[in-house]
Amino acid sequence: MDTLRKLEAQSIHILREAYKEFKSLVMLWSIGKDSTVLLWLARKAFFGHVPLPLLHIDTHYKIPEMIAYRDKLAADWHLNLVYGENAQALAAKQTYPDGKVDRLTCCKLLKSEALRHTLSGEWPRYAFDHKLGRYVQEANPQPYTGVIVGVRADEEGSRSKERYFSPRDKQNDWNIGDQPPELWSQYKTDFAPGTHVRVHPLLDWTELNIWEYIDRENIPIIPLYFNNGKGLRYRSLGCYPCTGAVKSNARNVKEIIEELRTGKFSNIAERSGRAQDKEDGGGLETLRREGYM
Amino acid sequence: MDRMNIVIVGHVDHGKSTVIGRLLADTGSLPEGKLEQVKATCAKNAKPFEYAFLLDALKDEQSQGITIDAARCFFHTKKREYIVIDAPGHIEFLKNMITGASRAEAALLVIDAKEGILENSKRHGYLLSMLGVRQVAVLVNKMDLVEYSEKVFRAIEKECGDFLKGFSIKPSAFIPMSAMNGVNMIAKAPEMPWYTGLSVLEQLDSFQHESTSEAYPFRFPVQDIYKFTELADERRIMAGTILTGKIQVGEEVVFFPSKKRTRIKTIEEFNAPSKPEASAGEAIGFTTETQLYIKPGELMVRASDPAPAVSTRFKANIFWMGHAPLVKGKKYKLKLGTSRPSVRLVEVLNVLDSSELTSIANKAQVDRHDVAECIFETGKPLAFDKAGDLRETGRFVIVDNYEIAGAGIILEALPEDRSILKDHIAQREKIWERSGVHSSERAGIYGHRPAFILIAGKVNIGKQKIARELEARLLKQGVKAFYLGISNLVSGLDSELPPGAESQEEVVWHLGELGRIIAESGQVFITTASDLDDFDIETLRILNSPNEILVIQVGASTFSSFQLPFVLGENEPLGSAVEKIAAFLKRKEILLEYYL
Repeated sequence: MDTLRKLEAQSIHILREAYKEFKSLVMLWSIGKDSTVLLWLARKAFFGHVPLPLLHIDTHYKIPEMIAYRDKLAADWHLNLVYGENAQALAAKQTYPDGKVDRLTCCKLLKSEALRHTLSGEWPRYAFDHKLGRYVQEANPQPYTGVIVGVRADEEGSRSKERYFSPRDKQNDWNIGDQPPELWSQYKTDFAPGTHVRVHPLLDWTELNIWEYIDRENIPIIPLYFNNGKGLRYRSLGCYPCTGAVKSNARNVKEIIEELRTGKFSNIAERSGRAQDKEDGGGLETLRREGYM
Repeated sequence: MDRMNIVIVGHVDHGKSTVIGRLLADTGSLPEGKLEQVKATCAKNAKPFEYAFLLDALKDEQSQGITIDAARCFFHTKKREYIVIDAPGHIEFLKNMITGASRAEAALLVIDAKEGILENSKRHGYLLSMLGVRQVAVLVNKMDLVEYSEKVFRAIEKECGDFLKGFSIKPSAFIPMSAMNGVNMIAKAPEMPWYTGLSVLEQLDSFQHESTSEAYPFRFPVQDIYKFTELADERRIMAGTILTGKIQVGEEVVFFPSKKRTRIKTIEEFNAPSKPEASAGEAIGFTTETQLYIKPGELMVRASDPAPAVSTRFKANIFWMGHAPLVKGKKYKLKLGTSRPSVRLVEVLNVLDSSELTSIANKAQVDRHDVAECIFETGKPLAFDKAGDLRETGRFVIVDNYEIAGAGIILEALPEDRSILKDHIAQREKIWERSGVHSSERAGIYGHRPAFILIAGKVNIGKQKIARELEARLLKQGVKAFYLGISNLVSGLDSELPPGAESQEEVVWHLGELGRIIAESGQVFITTASDLDDFDIETLRILNSPNEILVIQVGASTFSSFQLPFVLGENEPLGSAVEKIAAFLKRKEILLEYYL
């Protein structure tokens, strides 16, 4: 088995383990390449089906093509798609684009807070109704106890310390100093009431692995990653006020792979276009402890 | 590109993080600007730059100055890509070291030339052996502090070689080096002309991938069984990851512990062409020719391959990481492959202090960071191999209070015994307060003997209807019959139990105890069950003793070898089904004929 097949098998094993062990399981889908690969791996794990809900946190500042792509794939693959949001912060214009808060606070409010309260079921969730073709508010949202997330260890420092199954307490806190051991494909699947577990099937994948796999499996990916004709493309997707395009001529998956292997990006971190990472030395670690993805 | 997981272990402060920092920097694997950024941070905080800081991405870690977790870093040589796992050297974080080392194919054991071999050098060495990491190179670091002395190096080489030999590790190399100065890291440096071996990087590239496990017997722990009905999908797929060996469509397979047999019909995979063979490492699915009643947790084995051991008892070496000690009399959860039985410690044979590797006799429990040889007993039979024969199915973890607290490798299978259950029964019957009315006297008054009637069969086959009708029929003729809906037990007495296989053990146990109590009252106790196996029936029989348990099977048997005393056809009309059961009860002399 080559590296991609090994990574694929491990991720599938983890997804099946999570599906078996957690009664209330959800997968986060950010529309980006990583979580779309994760979604594809779920179809692999469950033989063409996706028997669990997908959750998207909508900041309402996402690049518009992302939402269109999300809804199209939901319809095409018959996905059980749910979104949540921080309605209060948006209504009060407590956002960076509105000029009221800095970038990190904006991330905290529109992503971390929205995620925490959507997972717990305290804030409304909207599920895609395939018959009506639109989103309908969930009647009685229950807390999710298992949350599958597509983070990779090579993204930045704090992620390199994650477990495949990583417990979070009631406050979503991540106790980095006291993580459970993982060995021999045995993970932490038992948890005390009130806690939940983050599941990370993509931990060992690199950015290059992701693109190689997209190429091999021919996974439909959002075209924002490709050169738009003006010599610009997105390397990492997020909210438009804080996500910059990079200069690149790569027009398709193969050209991206070539660029990552040998070209100008082989030694530049993927998130270099993300402005919020730069605001303070430990900004992202702080956010991650609070539940940021 | 080829990829290998390696782990760096050793005593705290012997220089593991520096070795990794060097590997990242000198192979050009750092993101652009990272080195400069860390150097700038050091300058700002007025401390000298160290390569180790490259890894200290977390604030926590920087403040404590020690690596707390097994962080992953990526670097590459011309030959391949490496994921290097920096395992913490501090004793408090041993479980993180275990996590890191268990994923590695090769290890670098770092020893400080000046300090020599210390407690965690030995402990880590021992754990590498237990975790099954077979390729180890010893880096004698900080040679600059001992003036690159060959004498110092040879002394450490001798001492270290001796203790590693003690647990069957033969190091691939001993390399004198200095990570801080980059000596013998990438290429051989002139400081130690007496050393003729490989540099650290050359040594890494010379490690081999573990030989493929396809040559071993086929082992497939059934992880789950899927029947997704959406889009008219008719497949019933057994999903899981093949641990060892290979299998072809059409070959006969046996499931353990149930010993049920069938043949592979198809190999299932999404977005892939159909194929006739699957082998070790693949996360895959199978459909079978006959639809067997198989539960997740069973081990599927190729019929022509050697069978695994099946028992409730085994001897194992265990390494304990839990805050609370491993003690006798407490119920834990065991995870081996995909099986999840309960487990108890029966006996501690020998405890090894993992730092000094001296043996401590007569210990009754296993404390944190102890390595111990123990006997365990599971609540359900377990299929496994001796770790020495097939390590993939010979190793397990133990969960205590929601956490993985122990890791073990099986040394040998012991004869199946149910000492825990038997001890429990002996104890229970000894103090059981018997009624002043003798059971025969009570039977005379009631006109029947007590009985425990268990109606078994597949789900949705009408067992409840039969049970309820039987209760009504018996009551009408004056029999003290009582039907307990199994869901009343599960959602009542057992509502606190977490979901999972070990809870099902608990439900069976409670049912047996209830049966015993109700039988004592002289009643005819009726209940139903869908997914019991032979072992569960035996559990019920023992718990219900000295009274008898009568199993009424509806439809095809779901048991492996249990001899059914009475079988009803699946399509038997309700009325005649109940009459047949009543006649059976007369034959068994539960209902006393002359009173009817």
